[in-house]
Amino acid sequence: MTVTTAQHRPYPRPRDYWLIALILGVITAAEVTVTYLDFLDAAVAPMLLVMAAAKFAIVVGWFMHLRFEAPLYRRLFLIGIVAVPILFGAVLFTFGILIG
Amino acid sequence: MTGNRGLWHWLTTTDHKKIGKLYGVTALAFFVVGGVEALLIRLQLATPNGEILSADAYNQMFTMHATTMVFLVVMPAAAALTNYFLPILIGARDVAFPRLNALSYWIFLFGGLFLTLSFFVGGAPDGGWFGYAPLSTQVPEVVRMDYWALGLLVLGLASVLSSVNFITTVLTLRAPGMTLMRMPVFAWMATVVSFLLLFSLPIITIGLLQVYLDRNLGTAFFSAAGGGDPILWQHLFWLFGHPEVYVLVLPAMGIVSEVLPTFSRKPLFGRPFVIFSGIAIGFMGFGVWAHHMFTAGLGPVAEAAFALTTMFIAVPTGVKIFNWLGTIWGGSLRLKTPMLFSLGFIFLFVIGGLSGVTHSIAPADSQQHDTYYVVAHFHYVLFGGAVFGLFSGVYYWWPKVTGKLLNERIGKLHFWLMFIGMNLTFAPMHILGLNGMPRRTYRYAEGLGLDLWNLVATVGSFTIAASVAVFFWNAYRTAKRGEVAGNDPWDGRTLEWSISSPPPEHNFDVVPVVHSEDDFWHRKYTEDASGNAIPLAASAQADPGHPETIHLPSPSYYPVLSAAGIFVMVVGLVYLPWGLSVVGGGAVVTLWGLFGWSMEPLTREDHG
Amino acid sequence: MSAAVHEEHAHDPAHIRKVAMWVFLGSECLLFGTLISTFLLYRTRTGDGPTAAEIFDIPFTSISSFILLMSSLTMVLAHHSTGRKDWRQMRVWLVATALLGMTFLAGQVFEFTGFVEEGLTVTTSPFGSSFFVLTSFHGTHVAVGVLMLLVTALMSYTGRWRPDAGMDVELVGLYWHFVDIVWIVIFTVVYLLGV
Repeated sequence: MTVTTAQHRPYPRPRDYWLIALILGVITAAEVTVTYLDFLDAAVAPMLLVMAAAKFAIVVGWFMHLRFEAPLYRRLFLIGIVAVPILFGAVLFTFGILIG
Repeated sequence: MTGNRGLWHWLTTTDHKKIGKLYGVTALAFFVVGGVEALLIRLQLATPNGEILSADAYNQMFTMHATTMVFLVVMPAAAALTNYFLPILIGARDVAFPRLNALSYWIFLFGGLFLTLSFFVGGAPDGGWFGYAPLSTQVPEVVRMDYWALGLLVLGLASVLSSVNFITTVLTLRAPGMTLMRMPVFAWMATVVSFLLLFSLPIITIGLLQVYLDRNLGTAFFSAAGGGDPILWQHLFWLFGHPEVYVLVLPAMGIVSEVLPTFSRKPLFGRPFVIFSGIAIGFMGFGVWAHHMFTAGLGPVAEAAFALTTMFIAVPTGVKIFNWLGTIWGGSLRLKTPMLFSLGFIFLFVIGGLSGVTHSIAPADSQQHDTYYVVAHFHYVLFGGAVFGLFSGVYYWWPKVTGKLLNERIGKLHFWLMFIGMNLTFAPMHILGLNGMPRRTYRYAEGLGLDLWNLVATVGSFTIAASVAVFFWNAYRTAKRGEVAGNDPWDGRTLEWSISSPPPEHNFDVVPVVHSEDDFWHRKYTEDASGNAIPLAASAQADPGHPETIHLPSPSYYPVLSAAGIFVMVVGLVYLPWGLSVVGGGAVVTLWGLFGWSMEPLTREDHG
Repeated sequence: MSAAVHEEHAHDPAHIRKVAMWVFLGSECLLFGTLISTFLLYRTRTGDGPTAAEIFDIPFTSISSFILLMSSLTMVLAHHSTGRKDWRQMRVWLVATALLGMTFLAGQVFEFTGFVEEGLTVTTSPFGSSFFVLTSFHGTHVAVGVLMLLVTALMSYTGRWRPDAGMDVELVGLYWHFVDIVWIVIFTVVYLLGV
């Protein structure tokens, strides 16, 4: 197991994991609900993206322990995550599809 | 279990140095293959209406010449030197995952054999190394482009696995005291290359998968008739293809950054700038890809944006050039063969870089695109650049690997023949291109004004061939009766010169503790008031380091087994649907290999 | 990276393997990013075939998405058990994760056969091609993950279980969570934003 030093925050306990799972479930339910609310119209897309991003960050940060471990892992993953929207945003832009 | 010789030993080795040798020998063999393909092209084009090659054969030649040189020569040659020297340069005993390292080599070898197989079963790929759709997705009954797509997929897998290995090695296995900024520049460039491959290969992996599916399943990714868009392929290919050219040249730049200081007896001028410009080239390399698509109808906004980014990427390269010149300036130069090749690199790469900058101007590129002007550009940077840089590394590190020095006089002959031959071949192509000679056309008519320079280029290409023969003669002669090198024949600056030639299997008796960049140099010399190097007494050079018991990874046959399974799988995938059973068989072999591997401990000291 | 942090982790096998896994996952982002971008380009090119709004069953997919999310919970609980060296608990949670994963896959299979019957196949249109290739690619990753989970659970029974077992489970966990977060993106971008 990884050595936990003063540099790293203490890991979550099982109880915390159950709570996080509950939060993820709630967000998912909210996402699905939002798609059925027609009056929200164009606001649906940004709301859904924010909620998906929140779930993404929660799983990465807590379940994958990125919040609690060496900064190196975060940086390595971030390069990939940041590269994708930039590169493919440019590609889709040239096809006339403006994203986000 | 067995001795140090024999086929089984090489099939099961996990030692990074042996794996490096395997890559090197394979790369040299494919260099000859790719060279022959080039000579056939040049023979065909030596005269108007040439009759050496049919149009069909010509298409295969230019496709395979490029595919071979890019994927089976330059990349593996860099991999050879990286494999051999990266761990030693950072003071490590091996890479992070020795068996994974072996797997990468075997997958590469089987990928190369798979591509070569196509020649014998109906014809090699003939749609260009860039496989533009819909040409590449048409005619599924002819399987050549299936070999191409699957072959590149396999080769890409080998490189991604290597990248994970090298990045992890650099981030976790550096010797005590070796901070990232104290790492030799070659090690830095190898790291940047690994990141480039790590992030660019997945993109083309999907593209190649889509090509394969369009061909074999009838999907509509790149078929305009089916509602797809062939331009998407161009984006996906060049999103990989452009970073790829920096993959090809950065190792050579790393080598030049090691050779110039050694043979100028001066530290690398502006070392941090050389490192940071390498990183910048890596990043910016992802931002210029559509300059390969200036005639694809992207529109003025995209074209202007990519023209600008392409102009900007010349800046970090320029930074390197000036720092290399600053290294040579005022140095005490020894013009040995490694140094000649590095100096040749600078001269030839600058020429290639200049023609590249002319490409960045989108309207000018519209005239240059698909002409021999482009062929001139990329051969100056890839041959004059990458290949010259790699030969510099070969001559520089040959004594360390083999214990013997390559002959200087023969080496100089090689250099001058290659330099003259290279310029004879590719300089005229600038003129041919601007006079309108198109690429990838198997013959040209009389009376177009193209005859003279094509003939000159062909003469040049055979001069190059002669120079390569000289090199092989040098290698053979050195093996028979070469001069013994000793540990440090060049009075080097970096850690590899502190150990024996060839190195012991465990690299370092005692892991060094590093106190500065060019640590080995500072252990040999101190400086007087005017900056001259004063040799230190031998006793002052000894550094206790960290004594420890040495555990080396044991040999394993699971990597070569797993790779063989992958080879069988892709052969099956070419010949669907009856090939499905073959795919299944291959999958079983690969899974057996991977499972056995996971159960096998890395170091098996209790076995004989 | 500072020299101090390097010394702390230097040559620690657990750290080395985690670095490799995060490097690999960074690469996988580009893999799925390419597939998702292809889908975004082609999602309105439906030819003569069905559109997203016509064919997607959001309630059904929401449930299978929720199942996959919960499998991340069981996965992290399995990992936590290794920290306490409770191998029996670990096996329980590993198998639970695998079962949830297999349920998800079964849901995918059911969903896809339904789509095919309703006229959307991989060759119907660019929308069909990109949808099926993206989701099948993800599904294959899930299947590989299930295989690794079951093998890990099985290996813990045999004498070959190595002392750094916690690390193996952690690496399988990182892979599994990644497959889950890819689905988070797919569910939102492909399904929810598609209708």
